[in-house]
Amino acid sequence: MRSVSALAAAALLLLPAYDVASAAEPKKGGILRVYHRDSPGSASIHEGATYSINVPFMPVFNNLVMFKQDVAQNSMESIVPDLAESWAWSADGKKLTFKLKQGVNWHDGKPFTSADVKCTFDMLMGKSQQKFRQNPRKSWYDQVNDVTTSGDFEASFELKRPQPALLTLLASGYTPVYPCHVSPGDMRTKPIGTGPFKFVEFKANESIKLTKNPDYFKKGLPHLDGIEFTIITNRSTAILGFVSGKFDMTFPTEVSIPLLKDVKSQAPNAVCVVEPVNVSTNIIVNSSSPPFDNIDIRRALALSLDRKAFISIMFEGQADIGGTMLPAPGGLWAMPKEMLESIPGYGPDINANREEARKLMQKAGYGPEKRLAVKVATRNIPIYRDPAVILIDQIKGIYIDGELDVVDTAQWFPKVARKDYSLGLNLTGNAVDDPDQSFYENYSCGSERNYTNYCNREIEKLFDEQSVEKDVSKRKKLVWEIDKKLQEDVARPIIFHSRTGSCWQPYVKGITIMVNSSYNGYRYEDVWMDK
Amino acid sequence: MFAYIVRRLVLMFVTLVGISIIIFVLLRVVPGNIVDILFDAAGFVDPTDKANLEKELGLNLPIYVQYLHWIGGLLQGDLGYSYVSEKPALQEILPRIPITARLAALALLFSASIGIPLGVISAVHQGSRLDYALRVVSLSGLSLPSFWLGLLILMASVSLFGAMPIYNPNPQTWTEAFAIYCVPAMAVGFRSAALTMRITRSSMLEILRQDYIRTARAKGASEASVNYRHALKNAILPVITVIGIEAAFLIGGLIVTETVFNIPGVARFLVEALRWRDYPIVQNLVMLIAVVVVVANFTVDMLYAAIDPRIRYTD
Repeated sequence: MRSVSALAAAALLLLPAYDVASAAEPKKGGILRVYHRDSPGSASIHEGATYSINVPFMPVFNNLVMFKQDVAQNSMESIVPDLAESWAWSADGKKLTFKLKQGVNWHDGKPFTSADVKCTFDMLMGKSQQKFRQNPRKSWYDQVNDVTTSGDFEASFELKRPQPALLTLLASGYTPVYPCHVSPGDMRTKPIGTGPFKFVEFKANESIKLTKNPDYFKKGLPHLDGIEFTIITNRSTAILGFVSGKFDMTFPTEVSIPLLKDVKSQAPNAVCVVEPVNVSTNIIVNSSSPPFDNIDIRRALALSLDRKAFISIMFEGQADIGGTMLPAPGGLWAMPKEMLESIPGYGPDINANREEARKLMQKAGYGPEKRLAVKVATRNIPIYRDPAVILIDQIKGIYIDGELDVVDTAQWFPKVARKDYSLGLNLTGNAVDDPDQSFYENYSCGSERNYTNYCNREIEKLFDEQSVEKDVSKRKKLVWEIDKKLQEDVARPIIFHSRTGSCWQPYVKGITIMVNSSYNGYRYEDVWMDK
Repeated sequence: MFAYIVRRLVLMFVTLVGISIIIFVLLRVVPGNIVDILFDAAGFVDPTDKANLEKELGLNLPIYVQYLHWIGGLLQGDLGYSYVSEKPALQEILPRIPITARLAALALLFSASIGIPLGVISAVHQGSRLDYALRVVSLSGLSLPSFWLGLLILMASVSLFGAMPIYNPNPQTWTEAFAIYCVPAMAVGFRSAALTMRITRSSMLEILRQDYIRTARAKGASEASVNYRHALKNAILPVITVIGIEAAFLIGGLIVTETVFNIPGVARFLVEALRWRDYPIVQNLVMLIAVVVVVANFTVDMLYAAIDPRIRYTD
């Protein structure tokens, strides 16, 4: 009996050893089969603003630098060279120079040079003759004066002022280098990259196929022979497909918490993780017109929120409460808990908060006899609609009668951009976990995505101050201060930061789901299958 | 007869022109176009970029000019370009037609081959336990939504066989081909089979009470001969009408079934194209469906004459 136990113990000890061994020696070959949640509008990452494009097409490209794909938390420390061999900042922090790898070829055989880097960023900055149909991240390069080249293998970003965070923007899955010799139109339909996988075909509403790039400049990679994405818009069918083994992996970060339970019960061997996706659900308040031009009403609104109720109803408790920046431990820039709880509306005593909210409403002239009627506008899809319904229920307690105004997807952002709403519920996704991207895009005066018209010149000075700061700990303190001020000003009250699930079959190895962005972890060059 | 056919063809042409105008205008009356959707995905609207894109796609032109461009192209076999994939619309639509046609044909076949015999059996055994059982089956067919039935089938196949029929353009075995096409066809055809069965039953019940049926029995004709040769032949006309109408309604069921079973056919493509406001695809697909419906109706009318010699179309 003792020998059997010893044998079992030895076997148990051997298991992790086997795992380590198998992790160290990836097997070659196999097609990774993944279902895709919808048919992306095009194959051009630069022209898109949804990770529906990044997931299937990031493996076709390389960036200058990228977030290390097996490190779950994107940070400055996790940035590694990709097409760049190395990089260096000038002493004044206004020039970032990249030495480029030599001998890299595009999938059509043409050589990659610094001219391609210049072309890509000139196009992103709107400087080149060739134009993207749409250029959603043009503002990322507001501080870039010019991109210059020195020979075929050196490119430099010359900045108007120091911006250390530029490197994180360049590491995003949203920032691949495009070839000069291929038009933006062709990149939308037949993308050419330098990446580990070559584009084979994209059949709208059907499938996207990629095949191994045998000439990939990173020797020994990729491990897979190809990747096939089957487009399945019906979530139930997709999950059943995964459970039945038709797919090796679900679409990343697309499995909701209730569905995750089904997956785990029907496919107990599946590996599933639940991670934050750096998407916040927030309230947009049109502060430029009555009644929300009154700061008291805006504050009352923020005080009425029971964030835990949202999280328990929608995510069975698996979501996070925070400010603008993604909460810890996933987020790098989140305020400390004590600081967060000191913000009005974030304290644990919901009844006291609401009592205060009612007083503010009464001060503004509203009460049980004179209730404020507002339309709560939101996009007509469940992840928007469901929290909007909960919001309407919660604001009832502070004399606000909300009426749900569901807006067709095609009309949602045009409506919001026109400021044709008074109160709305919106989702904001962040491509990188960095304050520069979040603050300038959503809160700076005149920004296209500043839907609430919030404009505070004092706080804008702080945006710049944190942006130029090289010392991370000093920058963090500035970011906390800004985030606290944004919440106190009720610029765009954050309700919660969501978490979602991803699952894969146990034989799929090398998958890392990023914990502070859902846009950057899909190169798949080091993914392999142990079968 | 010839004059009737010519008149029907002219009417068909006028109907199709009318449909083309209605589709074209309705699509543009719905708020939002492809440009709005593309910018919606980006989260903000740059008015200059938006105007440029509208110009590039010809959406800035007056609506009648856009219509004339479309019809002019259509007459020359040029269906335009998909706004989304930027490929010729014909290239996008053509490969999907056989998939949906196969599914629709199988669904109709299923509907007729199940619905008619069961309707006859139910009528012949009126009031029996078998009749009640068949009527329950037909009621369930009419009341179960096809998407729900489709999902049930998928869930059952996963839990019973550990596999599910997901579309594969090149099925390796006949069982795979069966699973890919026949299972969805049954899911979508169940409703029309139920309807066909009910119509067949009521039509048969009416015919079976006719004097000539009693005469046939008195002459010693077998039950099978009475039911199928004498009764069914005369009861079939309303059934053909229903099958013809069902063929037109089938597209609605196919949209759901193609989505649930993930079949890349025309119906699902139409929904996706509508979501993107991909006008060239939607316009041409709706026209295609309109042509199919108009031709199906015409064929049904012609079938009447072929099946029932008493029917003659005159001027």
